[in-house]
Amino acid sequence: MSEPILSVQDLRVTFPTEDGLVRAVNGVSFDLYAGKTLAIVGESGSGKSVTAQAIMGLISRRAAQITGKAVFQGQDVVTMPDRQLYRLRGAKISMIFQDPMSSLHPYYRIGAQLVEAVRAHQQVSKAQAREQAIEMLRMVGIPAAERRVDDYPHQLSGGMRQRVMIAMALINSPSLLIADEPTTALDVTVQASILDLIAQIQQTHDTAIIMITHDLGVVADVADDVIVMYGGSVVESAPVAEIFAAPQMPYTLGLLASIPRLDRDPDLRLDPIPGNPPSLISPPPGCAFNPRCGYSRLVPDDRCQQELPELLAVTADHRVRCHIPATDREQLAREALASLATAPVGGEG
Amino acid sequence: MTGYVVRRLLIMLLMLLLLSLAVFVLFSLLPADVARLTCGKACSPEVIEANRVRLGLDKPVIEQYWIFLKSIFVGRTYPESGGPGSLTCEAPCLGYSFLQKAPVLELIADRLPVTIWLSLGAFILFMVTGMTTGVLAALRRGRWEDRSIMGVSLLGYSLPSFFLGLVVLFFIVIRWQWLPYPSYVSPFEDPVQFLQTMILPWIVLAILYAAFYTRLTRSQMLETLGNDYIRTARAKGLPERTVVGKHALRAGLTPIVTAAGLDLAGLLGGAIITESVFSLPGIGSLAVSSVINPDLPVLVGVTLLAAFFIIVANLIVDLLYAAIDPRVRMG
Repeated sequence: MSEPILSVQDLRVTFPTEDGLVRAVNGVSFDLYAGKTLAIVGESGSGKSVTAQAIMGLISRRAAQITGKAVFQGQDVVTMPDRQLYRLRGAKISMIFQDPMSSLHPYYRIGAQLVEAVRAHQQVSKAQAREQAIEMLRMVGIPAAERRVDDYPHQLSGGMRQRVMIAMALINSPSLLIADEPTTALDVTVQASILDLIAQIQQTHDTAIIMITHDLGVVADVADDVIVMYGGSVVESAPVAEIFAAPQMPYTLGLLASIPRLDRDPDLRLDPIPGNPPSLISPPPGCAFNPRCGYSRLVPDDRCQQELPELLAVTADHRVRCHIPATDREQLAREALASLATAPVGGEG
Repeated sequence: MTGYVVRRLLIMLLMLLLLSLAVFVLFSLLPADVARLTCGKACSPEVIEANRVRLGLDKPVIEQYWIFLKSIFVGRTYPESGGPGSLTCEAPCLGYSFLQKAPVLELIADRLPVTIWLSLGAFILFMVTGMTTGVLAALRRGRWEDRSIMGVSLLGYSLPSFFLGLVVLFFIVIRWQWLPYPSYVSPFEDPVQFLQTMILPWIVLAILYAAFYTRLTRSQMLETLGNDYIRTARAKGLPERTVVGKHALRAGLTPIVTAAGLDLAGLLGGAIITESVFSLPGIGSLAVSSVINPDLPVLVGVTLLAAFFIIVANLIVDLLYAAIDPRVRMG
């Protein structure tokens, strides 16, 4: 395979606070290739958004210590001077955020906000930039784009605003798009059309995408590869089919079990993962997931409580961070998937 | 939008009307007898009563108010019956000061330029300093620049104006004699002396007010810099200068505009203490002398003028809101 467009190696982000060091990201590594989609999955506070913002260079170096590398097209974003970052952001790497309601400036027309994005990176006149803006709005499916370009954000619906955000992110044809929960704040029907739009653009432009989400349904739809994060660390990474067919880490199993499904008995309760995400200031000793994991009895000598498991390869492209012996993990996965599949169908049960 | 402006103008007129009534009634309830004040020590009851009739003070308060209102549009003569030795106060007439032997409006018009120069100069000075240091402090939050700006502004914030004014006057004019003693002239007559006179009161007012705008701007900036759309602006690749100076500042401007409008209006209504300390013949010192003497017609006029400025400033601030925030304009 060719060179990855983005190669993240042992990325760590630590925020010093008055209560102590917050270890938001603890050594994340992955490679991403052009035209591929990587999904980063995890609960709130798992470090997925911080990882994305560190790759964008959006985390203030004064407020946080960032170590490791995030090499984008041969340049390390982590150590890059601000001036170079300005040239990269919005041009080569773009980002879509979770809440389209608050992500557009309420006082400026959307056209002005798009034109600003164009002219930050291209030497074009205002009129040319406006043409590009209208063209882009049309492409993301805004009806009557030549009129809508003069609207203010409050005159658009949430779905339309997210389309504007996408237009803004893509207007300089970036090679990498980071989408931080782009559909979380939207209605389900709008969600699907936004995901379709992103997929279309990826196909035509060969864009690499990092999709940050807690929604495994979205993952199944769009991802090529999946990283599962927990407490700031990667706990499992694999191609998307493998994550759904042969998950290995109890946390991943828990996430799968907590997806609501239409083909399950509506009276059957969802299985949320018990407990709360770990503290990032004083994480539990040993495996961070241990306090919420029901399977540490399968591991001898209290290793789960004492020793942080390493992220080890199960197969060439499947890694997992777990002390449970491989045969037991496979057994657990089979049982869990079987119980999901055999859940009574229909409403008679 | 036009409908909105017209509506606001009508409301403004109504407010001025109510306000003038309130001021008029309030001052007529004062224990001071204006008729008694029109003549000196050797004053017989007959003269006082004659003057009372001459000034129209023998009529009920409401009728006096009506005459007062009418005279704004048509002027009036004292006494109403006219005749030899009568005084005319031409429209628009805000009353006549028998102490200073001049129509109130003329007295105000004489003093107003001083106050306008004082207010505008100080206003520009403190807005520019306050907002610049506020933005700077927000950008350097927690670092030594921020801490020193905040420290100095707290000092400026807590100094009373009479104290600051007197200290400045004492050291710079009297002790070190860097500037001549303030004596107001029109800038068109003698620009150098004008500047020499105005520079200290400008600086004193600017220090007092800038401190407030520094703190307000800083807190506004810190609040808006946390917004999602600021992150979007950064993600577009805009340099920090643009993110802060354009996106964040515009979003945080509304409360600053409100405070600025009212402060300017307040200053135009007379910076009483500063004008007195630097012996500037402005509206503020006119107000002070009309209280001490007491000169009721002038006091009514000055109070109405100050209220007028506040009401107009409110209107302008509201229109500026609409200019800043499209949601106000269209909502």
